[in-house]
Amino acid sequence: MDGVHDLGGMHGFGPVKREANEPAFHAPWEAVVYAIMRASMSNGLYNLDEFRHGIERMDPAHYLRSGYYEHWLDGIARVLVEKGVVSAEELERRTEFFSARPDAPTTAAVRNLPATPAPSFGWLAEPSERAATAPPRFKPGDPVITRNIHPRGHTRLPRYARGRRGVIHALHGAHVFPDTHAHGEGEQPQALYSVRFDAREMFGEAAEPNQKIYIDLWEPYLEPGAPRG
Amino acid sequence: MGKNHPNVDKYVESRVRALESLLLEKGILPVDAVDRVIQRYEADTGPLVGARAVARAWRDPDYKRRLLGDSRAALAELGVEFDMLRVVENTPAVHNMVVCTLCSCYPWVVMGLPPTWYKMPAYRSRAVAEPRKVLGEFGVEVAESREIRVWDSSAELRYMVLPEPPAGSEHLDEAGLVPLISRDALIGVAEVRLTPPRG
Repeated sequence: MDGVHDLGGMHGFGPVKREANEPAFHAPWEAVVYAIMRASMSNGLYNLDEFRHGIERMDPAHYLRSGYYEHWLDGIARVLVEKGVVSAEELERRTEFFSARPDAPTTAAVRNLPATPAPSFGWLAEPSERAATAPPRFKPGDPVITRNIHPRGHTRLPRYARGRRGVIHALHGAHVFPDTHAHGEGEQPQALYSVRFDAREMFGEAAEPNQKIYIDLWEPYLEPGAPRG
Repeated sequence: MGKNHPNVDKYVESRVRALESLLLEKGILPVDAVDRVIQRYEADTGPLVGARAVARAWRDPDYKRRLLGDSRAALAELGVEFDMLRVVENTPAVHNMVVCTLCSCYPWVVMGLPPTWYKMPAYRSRAVAEPRKVLGEFGVEVAESREIRVWDSSAELRYMVLPEPPAGSEHLDEAGLVPLISRDALIGVAEVRLTPPRG
């Protein structure tokens, strides 16, 4: 989707603001969000692409004025409600409960903890590489042009890289296709390439000198093209 | 972060606790999960794995070849299991830097949690469009004759920069080099210097 998350090349955000000796988490609730994300992925409640698409659908103004873990919270809650894991009403009721009683321990609202064995909890993301189902269409050195697509759903073809001429730099094998995987349409593995672009192809005269951009792009994003970059 | 209105922060906190309590109750969130996360990242060594790989590559040309060509094997030698890393080498002719314009993809298996600036719009929007200007803000001047390669991590592959060793470090062994190699150097927004880095 042409969402607010797709930031490459946008203007107006000012200088990069750095923080010396930054802590891992800036508030205890951020660690909780992190734990919730890992636990819900480890238990197969959603996949990485559904998670990302959950974040992309945040209210754009909210996205820009909130931080990383608030993005996660918003995306996770959206997807868990859509999947029926929690209902919007129970989430709202409990939010009101803790707003009214900020000092209550988290378990104060828990009706009963399940006696079942602890659910799984893993640290590593699932690998995305799969066996190829078809030979790759392109090989390193081939000129390509990215498609000028504007899907309403999830895609990993950034806006600044659409309709641009580049060259295949490398083939990474076949990988889960986010555009279908985010929408319950299966993994549909596709060849994934590293594609090299000259920055002028994206930014024209405004590009800085002597710059290349490398983007990992799935085969359905690409058409054979005339060389540049 | 921290710039939110205090009421927004309170709401977010309540909502997190609401979700936490619901997922505990439904048997999805292990009771000790939050403690495990905090423990892991309080003890987190940040970019240590990446720094060890770089230090070894500087001292052992065979290891460097493996790190650049078969990172899975190179990381396995450091006791880390990860096959999605691609290492890109800085040379006198090329400077590499890494970004994720669409979200915040980052090789946290080898570099720890990403810094906040990496996840915020300023870096994500500008790194592809004006990398030299961004690098200048980080105190890195890249001559026009040197090509800049920006790696936009749009898939599940993760990128790490193999920086150039600092001049005058020839006498140092791997253990002496590791503390000089900052997280920012592995992202490609800092050079490695003989004085220990900050952050």
